Amino acid sequence: MRDPLISLAYLVASILFILALRGLTSPEQGRRGVLLGEIGMLIAVLATLVKREIVSYEWIAAGLLLGSLIGTAISLRIPMTKMPERIAFSHAFGGLATALVGVVEYHKLRGLFGEDAIRVTAEHGISRLTMGALGFEVFLGSLTFTGSIIAFGKLQGVITGAPVTWKGQNAINIGAFFGTLGLIGCLIAMPESAPHWMFLVVCATGLSLGFLAVLPIGGADMPVVISLLNSYAGLAACATGFALKSNILIIAGALDGSSGLLLSIIMSRAMNRSFANVVFGAFGGVEGKAPSAGAAARSYNEATVEDAASVLRASRSVIVVPGYGMAVSQAQHAVRDLAGALEKNGTQVRYAIHPVAGRMPGHMNVLLAEANVPYDTLYDLDAINDDFSHTDTVLVVGANDVVNPGAKTDTASPIYGMPVFNVELARSVIVLKRSMNTGFSGVDNELFYLPNTMMVLGDAKKTIQSLSNEVKAG
Amino acid sequence: MSENFIFGLYIFALATFVGYQVISRVPPLLHTPLMSGTNAISGISLVGSLVAAGAKHDLISNILGFVAVTAATTNVVGGFMITDRMLRMFKKGPVGSVKAKAG
Repeated sequence: MRDPLISLAYLVASILFILALRGLTSPEQGRRGVLLGEIGMLIAVLATLVKREIVSYEWIAAGLLLGSLIGTAISLRIPMTKMPERIAFSHAFGGLATALVGVVEYHKLRGLFGEDAIRVTAEHGISRLTMGALGFEVFLGSLTFTGSIIAFGKLQGVITGAPVTWKGQNAINIGAFFGTLGLIGCLIAMPESAPHWMFLVVCATGLSLGFLAVLPIGGADMPVVISLLNSYAGLAACATGFALKSNILIIAGALDGSSGLLLSIIMSRAMNRSFANVVFGAFGGVEGKAPSAGAAARSYNEATVEDAASVLRASRSVIVVPGYGMAVSQAQHAVRDLAGALEKNGTQVRYAIHPVAGRMPGHMNVLLAEANVPYDTLYDLDAINDDFSHTDTVLVVGANDVVNPGAKTDTASPIYGMPVFNVELARSVIVLKRSMNTGFSGVDNELFYLPNTMMVLGDAKKTIQSLSNEVKAG
Repeated sequence: MSENFIFGLYIFALATFVGYQVISRVPPLLHTPLMSGTNAISGISLVGSLVAAGAKHDLISNILGFVAVTAATTNVVGGFMITDRMLRMFKKGPVGSVKAKAG
């Protein structure tokens, strides 16, 4: 009677997980969704704990306690600007957990660390399907683990954010990938007798591929990478479900996997890359990008804070376009303050959020929400792009590629075809930027040299603070 | 091909389809909470980790299981908490402050 009840509990938990995700269609329902997800998880964990196979609870209690402490500490203390790092970190943990479960299961069935375990569990044989699922599980799990650690390092600035490239990297990666598939094939062919080194090599190539595949990717491509790693973590959980014959793992893994896949598709579309281009690591930022000589010599309107403030004061409508630069200088609260001053002045302030602005999907929305910007003033690309032509002033805060008109006209530009905001159609554009350097992407931006563009150089946060002081004083 | 495996494929295909349908309705506004939320849910690998940590294997299995339980619990607890923390921050503006826009 115990086993069917456990299965039913898992079914209830799976339904609650789907309802939890459905809640995320709006912020109001979202919190109720989180509660449903938590209840589902509690049910699933309790059902697992009464399983007959579990005989001792010391290690379990220790793990649950330690994990809860780490999870709570991180969630309560992390600032919103660090959300991409926290997501990369949790993908690493997810990958680690699935890979370890795979290793333990293999050991249980084949005796990787000695034969004792096999005798104890007295399983009768290992099927080809189980072996195949285990192979994919440890491969994807370990790939997600190291890949996410590298992504974390790049976001954190420990590893250079610039693309790291070397000769033949695609050939090596693709070779290692197919080599691993071949080894998993061998494991499937001889589930009972394949030598242990094959399994260990699958783990090892998973670990090194995660490292090799993410290292070449530049910081600006992080939204795609994080979404893809999300998808891999989900697929690894699915493979675990097949290996352990656990439906709830298959369902939760499929939900996670499809979410990651959908986000990767949205992100790559927003960068005008084909999905295949992204998957095979030919991340656009890498190849062929000689910054045009003489770019530095072009003239632009450098404006003072006072000039920019008087333009803003005279505007009836303002659209703010935030980018990664806003996160770097932690300017979201200053932006909110400036918007408040403008609104007091009777100006309508809205925000235009590009899907790939920042380092992860939805990064800018969370930052602005943290600064108490009402979410109904945040607009997507499609929702606001036609409004720029009848807007008085656009304020670009640390965004670059997403406001580059070259993406629409310059076929030679590496970002040609990427959907961008029509900011140049506004009456005037104020660009806040650290310096006139093009940065490592090396793409020059026509917008900065247009007659209706004012460049205000310096730290975004400081500039915005003095802008709001000016607006308030005026 | 065992019955079990085919059955698993059914579940996988249908769950992927449901996931795709549900998630395509999540607005870009909430893509970060979506990521941390699915992350918490994929912490369900706890189900496998708990068995590894508590079953009557040898010590090394239990230790690896313990590490897996710790990692998965971190994701579950941290994932749900931070999703909730983010969702709490999303507030609507005062009515009429911005002209409502369909979409």
